[in-house]
Amino acid sequence: MEEFTDIFLMLLLVAGSLAVLYVRNLFVATMLLSAVSFLMALLFVTLDAVDVAFTEAAVGAGISTVLYLGTLALVGSNERPTAKLSVIPLLLSLSIGGALVYATFEMPTIGSPDTPVQTSNVTKRFVEVSPIEIGIPNMVTSVLASYRGFDTFGETTVVFTAAIGVLLILSQKHIRRREDDEEDSTPRPAVSVEKSHDQVGSPHDLIPHVVSKILIPFIFLFAFYVQFHGDFGPGGGFQAGVIMAAGFILYSLIFGLHITKQILPLRVVELFLAFGVLLYGGVGIVSMIKGGNFLDYNVLSADPIAGQHIGILLVELGVGITVTAAMLAIFYGFAGRAQGRGKDVN
Amino acid sequence: MFFDHFNYWIVVILMMIGLYTLMSRSNLVKKMIGLSLFQISVFLLYISMGKIEGGTAPIVSNAPDVLYSNPLPHVLILTAIVVGVATTALGLALIVRINEAFGSVDEEEILNSEDSL
Repeated sequence: MEEFTDIFLMLLLVAGSLAVLYVRNLFVATMLLSAVSFLMALLFVTLDAVDVAFTEAAVGAGISTVLYLGTLALVGSNERPTAKLSVIPLLLSLSIGGALVYATFEMPTIGSPDTPVQTSNVTKRFVEVSPIEIGIPNMVTSVLASYRGFDTFGETTVVFTAAIGVLLILSQKHIRRREDDEEDSTPRPAVSVEKSHDQVGSPHDLIPHVVSKILIPFIFLFAFYVQFHGDFGPGGGFQAGVIMAAGFILYSLIFGLHITKQILPLRVVELFLAFGVLLYGGVGIVSMIKGGNFLDYNVLSADPIAGQHIGILLVELGVGITVTAAMLAIFYGFAGRAQGRGKDVN
Repeated sequence: MFFDHFNYWIVVILMMIGLYTLMSRSNLVKKMIGLSLFQISVFLLYISMGKIEGGTAPIVSNAPDVLYSNPLPHVLILTAIVVGVATTALGLALIVRINEAFGSVDEEEILNSEDSL
């Protein structure tokens, strides 16, 4: 039965991706990509990867769709039909695909317990020793934050760097604005009128307003639950950060970007962005000062297991703060760009 | 027997659809979508390798003789997803800037406008 579900989901995935390829309207392609991501998340659940499914549903089907839509609001959603036939890409894809399929026959059967992935000593250590050594039930969290803590530190830094990059690329609007002002000075009052109109909110937005006001507190509560319950169940800093950011993005889409920026200015977001990475690195530095290796949590407390708990809690918090701030900074970048041109993403 | 490698074939098909989208479409946003498809297929490859027959999610339960799927691919892909969305955002930000500089997100139109300069 489970295999049947798997196969059905995977065929849907292929159908969805083919539709993404053939559809000419980019808006439709984005929504289909979101659906493909969600199908992938379902498939991850059947493949026992609950933490990954969680992340994929929040990131792939949520945040990334918002980013694509933000881009489409700026660049337009119609794809120009190409006249020329793309024979070479097709042949190249087919030949690479054929070679890869040929290679899969050398791969071990999926799910068999004697593959190198399952019999490796590393796997034994993670599955059998980690609940005793680290003392938390969710093995994914203990591998993520403790055994591979240094790697996760790198990933957090990548997210941090990408957010900084987006802010650098998309916040250079002062020069352009000045050019616009020189051309004609009329748009300025028009923009301010639009803003005051936005603050009131148009009457047909009543239902989203009420629903989101009920929903947003629970989104934040859920984000905190995911953050701090990540040791015991599926969850952790990455997922919590994305859910937290999704709450703010929902607020911004319903009530307008400028009100969100009053509550949480870009300056504060930037501070949080750096603070998360510094908190993560700080845990590493403290463990070095206490005589251990970088990110060796055993020395953080007299009892090694309590030390591991403290370390993982702080590190996950650092990840959560950075991911929230990074997603918000990226969203502010795109949405602010749209507003600078007199349009809003919503 | 037939379904022993089914996941891997789906991975290859998805990967090739992504690669073909990337190479054949001239719209830059569509290229990013193709890249996302390619990325998703790699996620499935890793997660399929971590699956163990009759296993369960790698969260310790009190039931005796539980078989857990491998947590390591889960960790790798979990972080890869979040890093992936951050890099996608960077690519989309560059597309927005390209659109402002050239007035188009179509690769061929941009190349033509560069030639005519």
